[in-house]
Amino acid sequence: MKPEDFELFSTLVKQRSGLVLTAEKSYLLESRLFPVARKHNMKSLEDMAQALRAKREEALMFDITEAMTTNESFFFRDQKPFTLFQKTLLPHLLTARAGKKQIRIWSAAASSGQEAYSLAMICVEEAAKLQGWKVEIIGTDLSREMVARAKGGIYSQFEVQRGLPVAHLVKYFQQIAGDKWQIKDNIRQMVQFREGNLLTDFGVVGPFDVVFCRNVLIYFDLPTKTRVLATISGMMPTDGFLILGGAETVLGVSDKFKVVPGEHGLYMGASCDVSLISGARG
Amino acid sequence: MKTCLIVDDSRVIRKVARQIFEAIGYACEEAEDGRKALDACTAKLPDFVLLDWNMPVLNGLEFLRALRLLPGGDKPNVVFCTTENDLSHIQEALGAGANEYIMKPFDADIIRGKLEQLGLIES
Ligand SMILES: C[S@@+](CC[C@H](N)C(=O)[O-])C[C@H]1O[C@@H](n2cnc3c(N)ncnc32)[C@H](O)[C@@H]1O
Repeated sequence: MKPEDFELFSTLVKQRSGLVLTAEKSYLLESRLFPVARKHNMKSLEDMAQALRAKREEALMFDITEAMTTNESFFFRDQKPFTLFQKTLLPHLLTARAGKKQIRIWSAAASSGQEAYSLAMICVEEAAKLQGWKVEIIGTDLSREMVARAKGGIYSQFEVQRGLPVAHLVKYFQQIAGDKWQIKDNIRQMVQFREGNLLTDFGVVGPFDVVFCRNVLIYFDLPTKTRVLATISGMMPTDGFLILGGAETVLGVSDKFKVVPGEHGLYMGASCDVSLISGARG
Repeated sequence: MKTCLIVDDSRVIRKVARQIFEAIGYACEEAEDGRKALDACTAKLPDFVLLDWNMPVLNGLEFLRALRLLPGGDKPNVVFCTTENDLSHIQEALGAGANEYIMKPFDADIIRGKLEQLGLIES
């Protein structure tokens, strides 16, 4: 690919999604963008670059951006954050929100929905304690295709084995074909999915008591991370919980949040008394 | 060292599974049908059994039922690993005392994930 074409595509993708593509990634760009060119009836990426210079057509820019997202996800990914949610955050919120009896949870960059559905399954497991409570779980993603997949709740045999205990498969899924499983309606109805871009229109309105924003900030540069975390913080009460991915942190990135000692990947509002949580264990 | 008994009538599958379990740190033994597996368990119970369903002589389900009746036979973690991928088989396996269930094809990530869920390794 010509350097100026790479520049054109990578700038567009960075502007629209935050994803930083370095020149070594140009093979990735080529393999992912080729199907987009074909879909738009163009013979080559060069033609597509040409078309983009002539006219910044929204549908084309959307497809290019979407094609460059990495959508890997799985149920109960990394396990620990979900145990933390079930064993620490939920019990804490049951006290802290006892007045309102309402908990709002946001899975930001939800991809194909496994994270949001994992949280919904936990809420069903804890249903006895949540009697009379309103729990809202909202998943958003930039990718239209992923939002559609998440809403459908249909997963391959491979996907339902990654991270999902078989007892949950039996309890919360129905087999719709030999190797296709669909999450049951009672779980599906607990979660809403919407398109939303973390850089612009989030697609949701706060406040959220719990925000899972995992494995997306890693793709962004520092100023973008800082900006996204600031906006997320604006949609949370100071005693809300932010959970990031294993390779992500707020340290050196945002002063809106602080680390909860002893709980890897868990953050609360900067002015919050985190001993509420870290002290409650032990 | 923890021990794992790999029960499958395919030598190729046993070899692939053995490599995965050895990399995790298990000492592995193999059996090519349920009868041989049961003999091995009667001699010495392993900590973990990876179990195929369809095998000659004694199939996986029959083996599991017999294993659970041995003294201490409730201890080993038994994970099915089979091409049988319908809900009724899964339910039957769980009913007979299987701890987890893997639908083939599998890979190291799936096995590691199941071991994590069973609390046998750290994530
Ligand atoms: C690797 S997945 C993470 C999925 C899930 N959170 C997890 O940890 O398993 C990253 C997701 O972020 C989405 N994404 C990337 N940039 C985004 C943006 N600017 N706004 C919203 N979603 C974005 C991608 O479409 C992709 O589905």
